Amino acid sequence: MKKVGKQTFNIKGDVFINDIFTIVGKKEGEGPLKDNFDLIVEDDLWGEDTWEKCELKFQKEAVKHLMDRNGLSKDGIDLLISGDLLNQIASSSFAARDLQLPYVGVYGACSTMALTLGLGALIIDGGFADNIMCVTSSHFCSAERQYRLPLEMGGQRHMSAQWTVTGSAAVWLSKSGQGPRIKNVTFGKITDLGVKDANNMGAAMAPAAYDSLKQHMDDTGIDYDLIVTGDLGTVGKSIVNKMFNENGKSIEDKYDDCGTIIYDIEKQDVHAGGSGCGCSATVLGAFLYKKLLNNEINKLLFTSTGALHSPTATLQGESIPGIAHCIGIEM
Amino acid sequence: MKYDKENYKQVVDEYTPKNKILKNCVWAFIFGGIICLLGEIIKNIFVSGFNIPENDAGPMSSVVLIALSALFTGLGWYDKLGKVGGAGTVVPITGFANSVVSPALEYKREGLVLGTAANIFKLAGPVLVYGYLSAFIVGILSLIFG
Repeated sequence: MKKVGKQTFNIKGDVFINDIFTIVGKKEGEGPLKDNFDLIVEDDLWGEDTWEKCELKFQKEAVKHLMDRNGLSKDGIDLLISGDLLNQIASSSFAARDLQLPYVGVYGACSTMALTLGLGALIIDGGFADNIMCVTSSHFCSAERQYRLPLEMGGQRHMSAQWTVTGSAAVWLSKSGQGPRIKNVTFGKITDLGVKDANNMGAAMAPAAYDSLKQHMDDTGIDYDLIVTGDLGTVGKSIVNKMFNENGKSIEDKYDDCGTIIYDIEKQDVHAGGSGCGCSATVLGAFLYKKLLNNEINKLLFTSTGALHSPTATLQGESIPGIAHCIGIEM
Repeated sequence: MKYDKENYKQVVDEYTPKNKILKNCVWAFIFGGIICLLGEIIKNIFVSGFNIPENDAGPMSSVVLIALSALFTGLGWYDKLGKVGGAGTVVPITGFANSVVSPALEYKREGLVLGTAANIFKLAGPVLVYGYLSAFIVGILSLIFG
């Protein structure tokens, strides 16, 4: 069996991350990573008539650009694994309809990027596919209207609320190539410590992030150069640091969170930071992947975090289940 | 330390940034005050400029405020006012208008019947339901005791 420890799958063969294409919206394009994204779309509709159609265009264009840049044809892609935040993962399914690739749709809320990468790596390592596209997206406007309030509703956001990233990333996983390789995959357990506040997703997800990170490190024993969580924001990041410190295994000097990387928290008025499927996905493509390629780091523990929040269940008194999936990537 | 739902709540409270209540109250007072002042000015214009009786000028100035709020919502300005004004822009009648117009705008892409019409009272609905209910109860009480 290729499993190590309690929860981690060890990828014995080669699974290369050959290339990543990122597309983001205007606000993300004004943030600290503005020079690193492949494409910045200034208009929140991108020529479409609804935000939902715009979001699926993000996914579609990310895949098309990735294929064009690498001279890939549809016949060369064995599988498309994608997911997003909307009901019935509509953006992913409609993008897949237009892309006409064999498609597996997954739902992992904001943990989707790591979820698709993990599944893709296992399928390639199992010998079932050579080339897989892992894709996810989120759009501030489509997410706000589904999960919260109409956009033009005048009100104040809570200080712990986060800002959904408008963006998409397509990742090309392959059996052959060069560059960073996925070496270990840990799918997390759902961890729920009773947070019911939909304006405090970071706090809802932090226990799941801690649990998966700790499990991954216990299972593999690898000393990572950089550990990154998906979208815990300032609140969740502080809680994860506190939990590791209490266990006497501080990771503070090599730990960061994509939700605090993608925006300038103070200047861009995003309160606790970024969130959404696109958050960890675009930061991976525009920032972390490039750090690996430039040999600034050699071992990256990439962990996307998801709040599996159901507005209906919340109204019925349920809390918000958190999940985190870890992907160990090495040069 | 092992966390459970009880002790984690304390951690969350400790790390969650608090809303700036004093600042929000001051801004709400100012914005709410300005909206009400605006209503008074409109009313006085109706009374002295157009010789409209005071009893009629009151509701008429409310109608003007509602129209202005709807216009501001449509232009994408009211949510920016609301971000600073908070309760000051939510509580007056303009906030109610905003809560009707914003879903109407947002759902027009799903069609005028099942989109706009079906969702227009999504936010204002509870206010209407309990508003009518309390009016009904008060009416019954006044009938019995009045």
